[in-house]
Amino acid sequence: MAEFSQERLGNLNAAYVRCIDNDEVEAWPAFFEERCLYVVTTADNYAAGMQAGMIYADTRAMLQDRVSALREANVYERHRYRHIVGLPCVLGTEDGAARVETPFLVVRIMRDGQTEVFASGRYLDRVVEGVDGQLKFAERIVVCDSQNIDTLLAIPL
Amino acid sequence: MSHSETHDPRRTWEDGLTRVPYWLYRDRDVYDAEQKRVFQGPTWNYLCLEAEIAEPGAYRTTFVGEMPVIVTRDEEGELQAFENRCAHRGALIAIDDGGKTRDFACVYHAWRYDLQGNLRGVAFQQGVNGKGGMPPGFRMEEHHPRKLRTASVAGLVFGSLDEDVPPIEEYLGDEILERIERVLCKPVEIIGRFKQTIPNNWKLYMENVKDSYHASLLHVFFTTFNINRLSQKGGVIVSETGAHHVSYSKLSHQPQPNTEYSTEKLRSNKEGYALADPSMLDGCDEFGDGVTLQILSVFPGFVLAQIQNTIAVRQILPAGIDKTVLNWTYLGFADDTPELRRMRLKQSNLTGPAGFVSMEDGAVGGFVQRGIMGADHEQAVLEMGGDGIETQDNRTTEASVRGFWNAYRGYMEI
Repeated sequence: MAEFSQERLGNLNAAYVRCIDNDEVEAWPAFFEERCLYVVTTADNYAAGMQAGMIYADTRAMLQDRVSALREANVYERHRYRHIVGLPCVLGTEDGAARVETPFLVVRIMRDGQTEVFASGRYLDRVVEGVDGQLKFAERIVVCDSQNIDTLLAIPL
Repeated sequence: MSHSETHDPRRTWEDGLTRVPYWLYRDRDVYDAEQKRVFQGPTWNYLCLEAEIAEPGAYRTTFVGEMPVIVTRDEEGELQAFENRCAHRGALIAIDDGGKTRDFACVYHAWRYDLQGNLRGVAFQQGVNGKGGMPPGFRMEEHHPRKLRTASVAGLVFGSLDEDVPPIEEYLGDEILERIERVLCKPVEIIGRFKQTIPNNWKLYMENVKDSYHASLLHVFFTTFNINRLSQKGGVIVSETGAHHVSYSKLSHQPQPNTEYSTEKLRSNKEGYALADPSMLDGCDEFGDGVTLQILSVFPGFVLAQIQNTIAVRQILPAGIDKTVLNWTYLGFADDTPELRRMRLKQSNLTGPAGFVSMEDGAVGGFVQRGIMGADHEQAVLEMGGDGIETQDNRTTEASVRGFWNAYRGYMEI
């Protein structure tokens, strides 16, 4: 039986945001199970049960494609994020998976130095222990508090 | 706005449609005139979907240009729209995105309106304990927010403040109407709403929507996976005055030799770039005509886009000279199979603020807005595909962008 302590979940989130904020997104898909669900949506959509996301991936390979597109295909002005994540709250465990809710705040730093709050919200996760003994996301629904995205969403949240 | 009204001899615009002076994107007088002549003029503005106000008493708050609007379905099932502005002191009447109600009461002084926007109650009209109150001659029927004409096309609700606006079918024309009905051919379900705020004048976004030339050059994701090569079969339909357009293409899964892309070494022709999970592109030909991409715009600020199995409408709203709001509504059909619905969710990656083939559009208008700082008297060049606004059977053209300006000059009298 996997242990889902706040410390382990906190370490998972710390590594996750470090990967994105330090521009090492190639390592980002590895935080997920091969069959997974990663969706970026809004609190309004989530409350209304509307399933579409700004980003929607149901395999780790789709997350890899996000990274490839970010690196090779999509055009955007250079910028980076700084994630601040709060304490993970374990809502329950079932079938070897923990349901976890964690608040986040993302500051976006543009090429010219402009720094502003880009997104806030909560991660609604289903966390499992992978075959390698590491915690992985079977599901990470990124529920943004605001319905608005400024300019574009290129780097994942 | 006539030439003399601008009061600035430097604010000139030569005749024709192949040059667009940059002051048009930066001028406060132009912006204000657009509100009056374009958005509140004899145009049809997208308000919401019928599916969002399906039942009597249902309402949505929306906008015509900057003007706040309430759109309702009244007790008789008729669509109604009126300014979201209390006739008393001008406060918003409804302060939510939508809902269901019997009537509206302004929160400020509780003036009450019915679902048609008629004033039905004034709090303390007779005063309190015989003191105060409205004068005896006050007539409620003389006070109400401005009412809009409404029209519905394939479940899309449009509104106009102008009494003399042509009927919506005439405004759109047969070719545009047919292609709206091609996509919105049965009852829809809303599967997500997103708002995107972009740092540029609204016209730059509408030009971008109508610009079939940029698609495969700016959006490399499309090009690389043969979703949108200009050499594929496709074209641009421009409505009679140029106001509306449709750009479409048919997908061939066979890679095609494409010397124009490779010889010019365009950025959008990268070699050896493959999807790790191509299941996103396993869509079906749900409309049965092989058209995998149809971008349709209605002047001044509406877009209906079908990209494979994603269907989304966009409401484009000016929010300042250099700020524009895009309201995205993603759609499915009520009779979607679970598999088709899942495909729509997967393909939603293509579009929207994080779309593989649309995120650049959120930024590129800002690049222009910043690029033209200090260049009011310079002008953009629109000569791709000639100088006309006629329908063309290829997409290497700026005909529909010129069409936008033809319509714009007409409404603005500029």
